[in-house]
Amino acid sequence: MRLQHAKVELALHALRKGSGRPLLLLHGLGERSPDAVPESASPWPGPVFALDFTGHGRSSVPASGGYTAEILMGDADAALTQLEAATLLGRGLGAYVALLLAGARPRQVRGAILCDGPGLAGGGDRPGTPHVALPAPGSSPPDPFVLVELARDVRPPDYATSFVRQANQLAGLPHPVCVCARERPDWLRAVVAEPGVESAPLPEALALYADES
Amino acid sequence: MREVTSADAKGEPGAPSYPGARTPDRLRSVDSFGLRLAVYEWGETGAPVILLAHGGFDFARTFDVFAPLLAAAGYRVVSWDHRGHGDSAHAALYSWEADVRDALLVLESTTREPVHLIGHSKGGAVLTQLALTMPHRVRRLVSIDGMPSRRAHPDVADHERTRLLAEDLAGWLDHRRRAAHLVRKPGTLDDLARRRGRMNPRLPLEWLRYLVTLGARRDPDGWRWKIDPALRFGGFGPFRPEWHLERLPGLAAPLLGLLGGQQEPMGWDTTPEVLRPHLPPGARVERFEDAGHFIHIEQPEPVTKLVLEFLS
Repeated sequence: MRLQHAKVELALHALRKGSGRPLLLLHGLGERSPDAVPESASPWPGPVFALDFTGHGRSSVPASGGYTAEILMGDADAALTQLEAATLLGRGLGAYVALLLAGARPRQVRGAILCDGPGLAGGGDRPGTPHVALPAPGSSPPDPFVLVELARDVRPPDYATSFVRQANQLAGLPHPVCVCARERPDWLRAVVAEPGVESAPLPEALALYADES
Repeated sequence: MREVTSADAKGEPGAPSYPGARTPDRLRSVDSFGLRLAVYEWGETGAPVILLAHGGFDFARTFDVFAPLLAAAGYRVVSWDHRGHGDSAHAALYSWEADVRDALLVLESTTREPVHLIGHSKGGAVLTQLALTMPHRVRRLVSIDGMPSRRAHPDVADHERTRLLAEDLAGWLDHRRRAAHLVRKPGTLDDLARRRGRMNPRLPLEWLRYLVTLGARRDPDGWRWKIDPALRFGGFGPFRPEWHLERLPGLAAPLLGLLGGQQEPMGWDTTPEVLRPHLPPGARVERFEDAGHFIHIEQPEPVTKLVLEFLS
């Protein structure tokens, strides 16, 4: 399925058809959507979709970079528009994007599950030494620009927690965010410390939102 | 590089002109990894270089009065339209990092010798980052109301902050949902000039009319600003203005900061008092009490005089 997000064409893959609320998989930095439902997500009772972010997989690769995590949140929002409502399962960078979208579209995101994966840490809680981000050599996809630009984007803990608070206030779920990731960068440690955030292994996280209606 | 011919300069019959405004002497483009950036030059090619950067939602030809004044003093003044602005290509993605990278590529296309940097508003902040990143390529830095100090949301109660953020986020995402189909609203030349006047209330209508003829194009149904409709005021993100200030003390290049004393919609409202603790040794800050955000447009001669003294 092709979706349009501003000038970018995104690939949304239907990995499993079915009825009920879909699970939307968001891959990590430099990854792409899996071809089939991963075993770890197979207990999900409903349909399963997976999105290729801009510059990844079968989505278009724009010229000249300019990536931000917020732009990828817009990618995920385009998928959410298509699906109407979904539970998000994000890996690495996709986990951070899932958190952002859970705060930005609290009524459509019915739970965000944050898992380990490439790009989970980001660039820390404040900018490092100023630099000019130039792409590493390599063919795309994944876009060499995304690999460099979203490997060190700044993720202040209080920015991350503002999305949790928004989900808490507006989603109407007892636990709008569930963290499975064992890697805990500062932003994620702060997220875990917020009320309403559950920490659990993935099977329990899936069960948490599968039961939610 | 292309020399500007008299046909370029002549414009359309009856097209507005503006006292002191001068068409660039040369036009060229720079390829930023597949994205075309429009580059403009005033002054002799062998002269010392000033790299001049415009602010957000502006374009290089807003320097049509200021740049020729600098060029007349013996500089090669090089400016460019930021991605998505003016005559540069519309990009799929926009970011701060990308703007800094574009600036470096324009510099690289011009010279490897150290240059002076002058930036207005966001352009001042972009060039400050360039100066911190590439200190060996910079002689002196002038930032014209380009030193941020205010937070998007002042201190408010936590639940209120959440509501404010929710509105920002939903508004931004809704805009992204529409962005593929957005076109700028057409109008007469005067319509566009007046619309711009709402954000530039201190600038004369004649100047704004002049800008329309450069920053907009004439379609069959009217004039439209060339700027990418996907770009949007405001927005949000993890950026904190104080991070910019915290870096200032480390600047190696001598710094001249210009501030306007009059508040207006696009102004950054930074005061000398806020800047003082962050200034690098020898930095100079001048406040033009009777000017707003566009100090170099409101008062080109005094600003040029001050800048030339500082650069010499």
